[in-house]
Amino acid sequence: MLFSISVIFILLQGGAMSNLSRGAAIVGVAESDEIGYLDNRKSDLQLHAEAAYNALEDAGLNKNDVDAVFAAGNTLGLAEHMGIQPQFTDGTSVGGSSFVIHAGHALAAISAGYCEVALVTHGSAGYSRRFFAAPGLVRDNSPGAQFETPYGFIGAPINYAMACSRYMHEIGEDRTREAMSEIAVATRKWAKLNPKALIHDPRAQIPLDMSFDDYHNSRWVCWPFHLLDCCLVTDAGGAYIITTPERAKDLKKPPVWILGAGEGHDHSIISQMPNLTSLIARETGPKAFQMAGVKHSDFDLAMIYDSFTYTVMLTLESLGFCGRGEALDFVKGQRTAPGGDFPMNTAGGGLSYTHPGAYGVFLVIEAVRQLRGECGDRQVPDCKLTFCHGTGGSLSSGGTVVLARD
Amino acid sequence: MTQQNIPDKPIPYPTQETSFYWEKCSERELWVRNCNECKQAYFYPRDICPYCFSRDTIWIKCSGKATLHAFGVVMRPPHRAWSEEVPFIVAMVDLEEGCRMPTNIVDVEIDTKNPRSDLVIGMDLELSWDERTEGFVVPVFRPA
Repeated sequence: MLFSISVIFILLQGGAMSNLSRGAAIVGVAESDEIGYLDNRKSDLQLHAEAAYNALEDAGLNKNDVDAVFAAGNTLGLAEHMGIQPQFTDGTSVGGSSFVIHAGHALAAISAGYCEVALVTHGSAGYSRRFFAAPGLVRDNSPGAQFETPYGFIGAPINYAMACSRYMHEIGEDRTREAMSEIAVATRKWAKLNPKALIHDPRAQIPLDMSFDDYHNSRWVCWPFHLLDCCLVTDAGGAYIITTPERAKDLKKPPVWILGAGEGHDHSIISQMPNLTSLIARETGPKAFQMAGVKHSDFDLAMIYDSFTYTVMLTLESLGFCGRGEALDFVKGQRTAPGGDFPMNTAGGGLSYTHPGAYGVFLVIEAVRQLRGECGDRQVPDCKLTFCHGTGGSLSSGGTVVLARD
Repeated sequence: MTQQNIPDKPIPYPTQETSFYWEKCSERELWVRNCNECKQAYFYPRDICPYCFSRDTIWIKCSGKATLHAFGVVMRPPHRAWSEEVPFIVAMVDLEEGCRMPTNIVDVEIDTKNPRSDLVIGMDLELSWDERTEGFVVPVFRPA
């Protein structure tokens, strides 16, 4: 009796969520019909619906199978738009990480029996919005609007510059700059292999190749960020479908299992970030990897949110792939590029593929395609195990999910 | 863009908990909250301590001395209100009282080719003021 109690205690210590590992599978993924600089007045809802339609088709399911809707924000408007009457919705909206976090939430909801077929979608005319939305600032009484906005803390490059400049101070400016350039150049090489990447759209006028000189000579947005440190701004929708192990078995495509999930948040606005050079990934990574029963060296592919080159460096360190201040040593020599021994962001990332303002859903889409072996020229050979890590807000929110094929 | 088309910079919309802060700013004094329970100063002002959740908190007047914690040199206007002010510096500074606040650093020469300027993280700063519309005065810092 005493023995069995201690066994149960050990199991619980291993993480109360560990029994949810493989409790649900991703069975369909897709982008909207077109992504990029659309300039055709497609609404956010249309981009959502196209992605949802395509993801359902990818899974071999139809709309009436969907009983849960996950999105960052107005899930009811979205369900209404698609004529879905969900019995479960989750509108968790914590920035670009939301759609990685939704995978863990859907895993929990499905395991608890709240729903069977969960649709996770995102759609945003992030590029075209500038042509019809009036620019302006809403005067509100939030802490950010009172204490940050009056100084010009507006937009991600300025907020993230705080963290990056602090890192440069602590670790060294040249080392930081070199690591940022490695990431920008490596990610562009992957995008060159992805026909859906924005760089292939002649309207974007972005060169297919990026040299280190191109990186260093690109214009300043907000020091320490060059233009080529910053993600794109595009129009895009993306969606994926999660269901029960039972239903996943006889669908069109092989299931991709959710092995582990971790979520954490440590502030909202940048001036409240407890430590500018450490991400909450320090907690979400170990949590997700432990739940999955995997270690850092097991992964065939890393999918890491790249709102900025710097975000990737900080994430690699915070997740524990390398020590503090060692990001440069880790990414040096184009190690994350095609042909390198640490393939990362193989779709071309937010930096060179697409980024409609919130990007996390596209990490999951590419991870699933790689695990299924659908990636053509950019396919990572025999990709069996990967993870996605999303970072949202002003480095505020983190979600890690571990994915594997059978 | 002509001068007339440039909107005013945004001004704060004070709440019950923050109006004392902004009133004191208009008198060119910087005050922050301090917790009597855990003895920690904190920013932004709120009645209940974000560290220990004590309600035993008070306003304290700041010396105006600070050090630079982090900064960015804004080269592209984040909003039309700053369209003729780039480059400018956004920063986080550590106040002598032990808390950190967002602000601007003023009175600094910025070389647009190498926008690092002469700022060094950790350098000493002193309090200054930036007048805005509707009587608001916003605390900013400059090299000491």
